Amino acid sequence: MITAEPRHLESRYDVVIAGAGPAGMAAAMGARERGAEKILLIDREREAGGILWQCIHHGFGLIHFGTELTGPEYAQRCLQQVIDGGIDVLTDTYVYDISPERTLKLMSGTQGIKLVDAGAVVLAMGARERTRGAIRIGGERPSGVLTAGLAQKFVNMMGLLPGRRVVILGSGDIGLIMARRLTLEGVEVLGVFEIMPHANGLNRNVVQCLHDFDIPLHLSTTIVDIRGRERVTGVTVAPVDEAFKPDMSRAWDVDCDTVMLSIGLIPENELSRRINLRFDPVTTGPIVSSTMETTANGVFACGNVAHIHDLVDFVSRESLLAGRSAGEFATGKRPPADNIRLMPGDNVTYCVPQTVSSDREHTIYMRVKKPMEECTIKFGDIYSKKLPYVFPAEMVTIKMQAKFLQKFHGDTLRVDVVKRG
Amino acid sequence: MRYDVAIIGGGVVGCAIARALSRFRLRTILLEKECEVGFGTSKSNSGIIHAGHNGATGTLKGELEWAGNRLWDKLHDELDFGFHRNGELMVAMSPEQVSRLEHFLEQGRKRGVTGLEIWDGDRVRREEPALSTEIVAALAAPTAGVVNPYEVCFSLIENACLNGVELAVGMPVRAIRPMAGGGFDIVTPERLVHARYIVNSAGLFSDEIARMAGAGDYTIRPRKGEEYLLDKRLKGLVTRTIFPCPTPQSKGILVIPTYDGTLMIGPTAGFIDDKNERSTTAAGAEEIFAAVRRFCPGISERDCIAEFAGLRATIEGDDFVIAPSKQKGFINCVGIQSPGLTAAPAIAERIVAILRDEGLEMIENDRFQPRVGKRVRFATLSLEDQVRLAAEDHRFGRIGCRCEQISEREIIDAIHAGARTLDGIKFRTRAGMGRCQGGFCSWRSMQLLSSELGIPMTAVTKRGGNTWIVCERKAKSANEGGDA
Ligand SMILES: Cc1cc2nc3c(=O)[nH]c(=O)nc-3n(C[C@H](O)[C@H](O)[C@H](O)COP(=O)(O)OP(=O)(O)OC[C@H]3O[C@@H](n4cnc5c(N)ncnc54)[C@H](O)[C@@H]3O)c2cc1C
Repeated sequence: MITAEPRHLESRYDVVIAGAGPAGMAAAMGARERGAEKILLIDREREAGGILWQCIHHGFGLIHFGTELTGPEYAQRCLQQVIDGGIDVLTDTYVYDISPERTLKLMSGTQGIKLVDAGAVVLAMGARERTRGAIRIGGERPSGVLTAGLAQKFVNMMGLLPGRRVVILGSGDIGLIMARRLTLEGVEVLGVFEIMPHANGLNRNVVQCLHDFDIPLHLSTTIVDIRGRERVTGVTVAPVDEAFKPDMSRAWDVDCDTVMLSIGLIPENELSRRINLRFDPVTTGPIVSSTMETTANGVFACGNVAHIHDLVDFVSRESLLAGRSAGEFATGKRPPADNIRLMPGDNVTYCVPQTVSSDREHTIYMRVKKPMEECTIKFGDIYSKKLPYVFPAEMVTIKMQAKFLQKFHGDTLRVDVVKRG
Repeated sequence: MRYDVAIIGGGVVGCAIARALSRFRLRTILLEKECEVGFGTSKSNSGIIHAGHNGATGTLKGELEWAGNRLWDKLHDELDFGFHRNGELMVAMSPEQVSRLEHFLEQGRKRGVTGLEIWDGDRVRREEPALSTEIVAALAAPTAGVVNPYEVCFSLIENACLNGVELAVGMPVRAIRPMAGGGFDIVTPERLVHARYIVNSAGLFSDEIARMAGAGDYTIRPRKGEEYLLDKRLKGLVTRTIFPCPTPQSKGILVIPTYDGTLMIGPTAGFIDDKNERSTTAAGAEEIFAAVRRFCPGISERDCIAEFAGLRATIEGDDFVIAPSKQKGFINCVGIQSPGLTAAPAIAERIVAILRDEGLEMIENDRFQPRVGKRVRFATLSLEDQVRLAAEDHRFGRIGCRCEQISEREIIDAIHAGARTLDGIKFRTRAGMGRCQGGFCSWRSMQLLSSELGIPMTAVTKRGGNTWIVCERKAKSANEGGDA
């Protein structure tokens, strides 16, 4: 592991990046590429690298580095680039506040409380996990109910187990990965319960983490009651109908000492809310333009802050763009403003960026609402592409060339995913 | 060791009594079965200091609600817990309900409650724009307030201990033997405690404690209340506590802007049999959200970040019992349901008077120190103060809980002030109480508990007993790894 610390914290930087996970590290490289000189990359943990350190499984980097890496290996490669790029890394420091004039208030275990001015800011604080409160599972409040990410931290970073008999609620990727990880640690994983009729993680994780270990995946099923006055002693699970209403006549009990939640991630925007950004109610992240700029001048957002990604490789790609844009902003260059708004239509949950410009090529990230096979994605009538299948858990990435966008003369372009034939 | 007074039960009532008794030269011990004080009903309630007009005329509840209400400003000034008088509105949605408001207005005025006024619907919405257009009138009561109830317990006991009270936690009372020459032997698994007087403030279990000593035959029926906490994004939606017009059974389901700004909605009210049950239910959630939306339409299930349930200790007749018993020297506080929090300081004063009447000599402790050291709440300090403190101690500069912006030093201070569990830290500092509900910070708080208390991570609990959080990895079995 490498950490770097600035010998001397300056009072002004060209670009300041909040969060040194894969998003922040890529953004720093992007800013460097575009000529920003003084770049400060900040992280609240003692090490840069973000959540990757605890993701000790492999499956990272196939797209970005062209080779399969573990989370820590991926982090290490990014960090090496950052250090070789001469970027100041300040860890053990929390960005506590930000003003519209881009003054950041830092709370640091090494530097105390400091104010820093930034030519441009990149928000790259990542995401947090949804908790029990967000879905209101009834029952007692014993210990032993925790999120999959916290369980992962306990096991992989601290060498401790979250329990001995675990049920998993939700089939998000971290939960699936942890099902396998805990099984390898000798913990009994009794099943994964998913309220949707389909898994919420990548298919490869369903296969490699559940099927290969004979862990049952119960679709359209949820936990309706948690028991245990002190520690969890069991749960009641029940199948649900299309309206997600549990059918108690078919409910059954499972004895366990732990309930692990993998029910989704939410962009972490505590800091972003300190300035008046506009948010997308669907992604719950800030609305961003095609340069990943938020509605605040010179404030950019990328990675899980903007929308939840399922592959780190796409985080790096998106964040490189955000960093480049921040670098350009800080050096006084501005591309033409966006002229087209993307509007999610049939079977489209969201598109990021929310707007594009017809003068250049864009990568558009989007998610669908429900699985569909043999379908076509349509951008109004200017562009369409056939897709063999779409799946809510897998982000759809579309490269959109300028020549297509130039055929469009309105200001709102509707995006639909429809069945072929 | 012989004590003058043993207080059994360290909820807000027991803690207030301990603190009131610490003004006198007495040897007082407080016995609490949980591993920290306030872990019973006193941390699981609405946190409202009721305005004074609620309880019916002629009841002890009504009398002590108002008497207690008057004592909170001084207590707050001395003990530094979160409290302010945000006022309440009791809203009427129909003309019949308006006449109920008039009844409460009259009841309050007779008792001397100040500032009561009936507002028309327009005034209501001018003052609280988020409220429904269907509200026709409201009784406004500026004397109502909100507190952080758990902080109250911690501050009271901290101050009581500073003034010589002994606190014994993890000390469930199992038997009480009245002695021939007066006084009692009190049996706990670890210690035998002898005291001349007993004050029974054991909340839900005060019936059992009374029975152990032959000091009364009460039956407590727990009445459960579920409450739901909403995201702090909704902070400021309403500034006053909003009550529907109460029915004879219940004060109804409320919208409460807690001291920290988070909105809380609830509670339900339903009798249950089991004093240890604290489950929340889908039906409870449905009832609460539907009820509050009628007068505050901007609230949705999506905003919920946490829920909990608390149990009211109700008895036959529904009033407080605060009185000496047929067992000389044994004083009961039984049936302290709502507004027990509001009334607690007045209950404590009443206990002081009863003990004096019962023959306990009360000599003022001239070294009584009414204040606790001011707790640092880093997030609320000015930039200059933050810079200075972080320069003095780098642990002020290190974030402990992000959602609530609590520094690591505040968490360490809480441990030094008595926190032994994650809940103890949470209720003292708010660390872990925000949106992520401890997802980010709990491992770090656990590490701090482990290092400050010198215990392994596996011994750190959520709230004592069997509420462990992590366990050791399985030991490798003998044939694993092979011996080739
Ligand atoms: C949902 C709800 C909302 C409420 N809202 C309000 C409100 O807004 N305003 C208001 O004024 N009041 C309110 N109340 C009422 C208020 O919370 C209670 O009246 C008050 O907390 C009672 O305090 P207590 O000290 O009597 O009980 P507790 O806090 O229950 O304390 C009793 C203590 O005794 C201990 N104990 C029990 N048995 C033993 C034993 N054998 N040995 C040793 N220790 C023992 C317990 O562990 C516990 O700590 C509410 C109550 C509920 C349930």
